[in-house]
Amino acid sequence: MRLSFTVNGHEMKADEVWAGESLLYVLRERMGMPGSKNACEQGECGSCTVYLDGVAVCSCLVAAGQAQGRDVRTVEGLATGDDLHPVQQAFLDAGAVQCGFCTPGLLVAAHDLLRRNGEPTDPEIREALAGNLCRCTGYEKILDAVRLAADRMRAS
Amino acid sequence: MEFLQPTTWRQALEAKSANPKAVPIQGGTDVMVELNFDRHRPPALLDLSQIEELGRWEQTDGTVRIGAAVSYTRTITELGDRLPGLAMAARTVGSPQIRNRGTVAGNLGAASPAGDSHPALLATDAVVEVESVRGVRQVPVASFYAGVKRSVLEPDELIRATLVPVATGPQQYCKIGTRNAMVIAVAAFGLALHPDRRRVGTGIGSAAPTPRRARDAEAYVGEALDAGGYWDTREPIPDTVATRFGDLVAAASSPIDDVRGSARYRQHALSVMARRALLWAWNEFREG
Repeated sequence: MRLSFTVNGHEMKADEVWAGESLLYVLRERMGMPGSKNACEQGECGSCTVYLDGVAVCSCLVAAGQAQGRDVRTVEGLATGDDLHPVQQAFLDAGAVQCGFCTPGLLVAAHDLLRRNGEPTDPEIREALAGNLCRCTGYEKILDAVRLAADRMRAS
Repeated sequence: MEFLQPTTWRQALEAKSANPKAVPIQGGTDVMVELNFDRHRPPALLDLSQIEELGRWEQTDGTVRIGAAVSYTRTITELGDRLPGLAMAARTVGSPQIRNRGTVAGNLGAASPAGDSHPALLATDAVVEVESVRGVRQVPVASFYAGVKRSVLEPDELIRATLVPVATGPQQYCKIGTRNAMVIAVAAFGLALHPDRRRVGTGIGSAAPTPRRARDAEAYVGEALDAGGYWDTREPIPDTVATRFGDLVAAASSPIDDVRGSARYRQHALSVMARRALLWAWNEFREG
């Protein structure tokens, strides 16, 4: 089947998509957008988190055909040109990135939290990131990064 | 594999009738896992996500009719005030990303004994609205489950909505798992006080081949509260009654030993959850 939908503001197309393919597969393998990571393929790890029509979802659990005509925003769409989004800068500054595989999903999940809640409590941060697994950092630096991003976003 | 994408409910029913082996997909949180791991290769996917009306809910008199595409997140934010037990269950589902996509109707369609919605639906006497080109059926949720991951849905039927009575009293939901998020229940329990009918509703999850009510426990506590005049006096429930209630809930289950827990642990957990849920709900009723 042939698909077209918007990714980070650009109209994208894919041909010969198999009916059982996930949105994640189409993004990575057919559209050259490898930012969203493929790890568990069952919604457990959150590394493939993207926005679908403004809602944070695991792109491995969206059938590609379900994205037809819709709006997708991936981790590649968080920065503005060369300017990192405050959430991305905070992850760098706080040392919240080690191997980096979980980072794209965590960035989108943290971004989603902070646009809904500018001053999250620690339990709220933990709840918002509960669907994103990191096996390197022990999460403490990630929590630091989200707090730092929240502070900076409130200050600006 | 075909990808069927109706834009109206009528088209969806016709597509299901013409392709009874097509697997309906909405949030995809169960269906896509099966496909990604090549566990299941159906001849067609029937995508319901383009049908706008499925994403609506409406309240008529004392019942909320929840369209099949209403997500858990929306169940929590939009219906938590009138359906507290179902909202509590929804909060225990997966993670934010999963709750943004998964639906109560999808939970019913999958009919897993561990589905998080079921105990809350059982405790509140919910009804499943199913439809085919042949017509509409309203199936009480207690009669909906037919076995492990099986329901009474006919091959040409689709779930249109879930009908849940607006709470008339406090409701509770408890779930045991190894962590707080992304976890399949080891055992779960839903409870609803129905002061209008002087009844207590129950639902057991993850502790039998299907979700089920604890009917003897409901009858026992109903009689005990009635006989003691508790619905009128709102006096504290004696511990002996709450403990007996918990034991009867555990006795209503028929769990297995598996990787998530032993049968014995599940029954113990159920007796504790049921006792606590009853006391929590009753205390709220007393204060209300």
